[in-house]
Amino acid sequence: MPAYRPPRIAPSEITPERCFLSRRTFLATTAGALLGAGAGAAQAAALAAPKGKYTVDEDLTPEADVTGYNNFYEFGTGKADPAANSDAFKPTPWTVKVDGLVAKPKEFGLEELLALPLEERVYRMRCVEAWSMVIPWTGFPLAALLDKVEPLGSAKYVSFETVVRPEQMPGQSGFFQPLPWPYREGLRLDEARHPLTILSVGVYGKTLPNQNGAPIRLVTPWKYGFKGIKSIVRISLTETPPPSTWNLSAPTEYGFYANVNPAVDHPRWSQATENRIGGGGFFGANRRDTLPFNGYADEVAGLYAGMDLKANF
Amino acid sequence: MAKLPALPKRFHTASVWALYWLGLCPALAAFYLGAAGRLPGNPVKEFEHLLGIWALRFLVATLAITPIRDLFGINWLRYRRALGLLAFYYVAMHFLAYFLLDQVLNMPAIIADISRRPFITIGMAGLVMLIPLALTSNNWSIRRLGSRWNQLHKLAYVIAAAGALHFAMSVKVVGLEQMTYLALVALLLGWRLVRKPYLKRKRQANPPHRHAKDAVA
Repeated sequence: MPAYRPPRIAPSEITPERCFLSRRTFLATTAGALLGAGAGAAQAAALAAPKGKYTVDEDLTPEADVTGYNNFYEFGTGKADPAANSDAFKPTPWTVKVDGLVAKPKEFGLEELLALPLEERVYRMRCVEAWSMVIPWTGFPLAALLDKVEPLGSAKYVSFETVVRPEQMPGQSGFFQPLPWPYREGLRLDEARHPLTILSVGVYGKTLPNQNGAPIRLVTPWKYGFKGIKSIVRISLTETPPPSTWNLSAPTEYGFYANVNPAVDHPRWSQATENRIGGGGFFGANRRDTLPFNGYADEVAGLYAGMDLKANF
Repeated sequence: MAKLPALPKRFHTASVWALYWLGLCPALAAFYLGAAGRLPGNPVKEFEHLLGIWALRFLVATLAITPIRDLFGINWLRYRRALGLLAFYYVAMHFLAYFLLDQVLNMPAIIADISRRPFITIGMAGLVMLIPLALTSNNWSIRRLGSRWNQLHKLAYVIAAAGALHFAMSVKVVGLEQMTYLALVALLLGWRLVRKPYLKRKRQANPPHRHAKDAVA
């Protein structure tokens, strides 16, 4: 057998170092566009986005915990249920209807939403059940979407709705359904327009897995996690406070604002501390003090100036 | 009704010991996985919940011994002490997991929980009531206490109800699992109200049949 000879590469064919290095930037900027074009492809595709300025300097919760331990009652009430029961869910094609008190109501295709300026933000996530994570989300400010529909002066609130698909979401069918569907959430318009409020389309540099609210979900890092409504199909601007599912289900336990507040206990457990997920085992468990507004007080406390946060929990 | 083949008497003691060891397996397995960092998500909560669920299962099993004998003629009385003690061990471990691993000895937080949160108050009351029952789950205490032993051990009814209630009140939404335990405990306690008239009528209805069968066996 003749010895293998590598083909000779002409110097003219060698990629200049400058171009080779800029390849990464090229990939990062085009991946989002490609993904938009190829929406409908397999889930958890790569989704690169530049890092945003809102990033906390804390250890990330391992990806396996972010995608394997969460609440999404449409797929079951157990923490492992969303990952286990969401395989049949089809996040593409997808549209989000934005209507209500706006000048230009519109139904947005997912591709249009993915074309908005995406960035990666590392946010704390504090669940109302007193556990927390640090999650790298990819998304765009909700304000960017609201700008496109031009809210009217009379709009005071924003209402959100999750998809209802009992055939793809096992928690929405059968006996003992835990909540009335669709799942609803709401924000005050100024909260919705706050730069921290994003619609997320990805996590850990990939498109959202079904269990985390594919293809698009809300993230408001200074509020308890249940405000982060998943798999959104409708966003409406309203004049009156919109209904929110947990608030309707147990008004004494879950308020409309649901701002993270260590001074206001849930009636059945303390909110003073939280268990940071991902310590690995019993002895790495990490109980830490919960911060007002989940550590985002500098950014958002002004939204609630003069309000009694114990009454408006 | 067809009867299960009876376990030969020489295996009775061994089967009770086997029950103790089998019964402790879920806790040992979960403790091993948790300590090794192989319980996913929130390992402390997972462990705490697993211990709580098994405590409730053993409480239900303890209370099921009497109805099983009444209704099916199967006598598993020899396992009842082991089941009751297993329930106590699991409740105690459930509390210790909360105390040591979850709250990490944060006494003010624990006292606030027990005094302010009804579901924790109820759970704690269940643990406290189990202590005298566990301490008197031995032949010596039965002899010493006589009929008072029976009176004392009726606390098991209150404890089981407390356990099922504690579980249902601890969750955000009462689902099928919590309803199942509430229903099981309600049925088992309800049986205590109707068993005496039921057994009396059963005896009156077919005394010769029963005796004949026993004689053959």
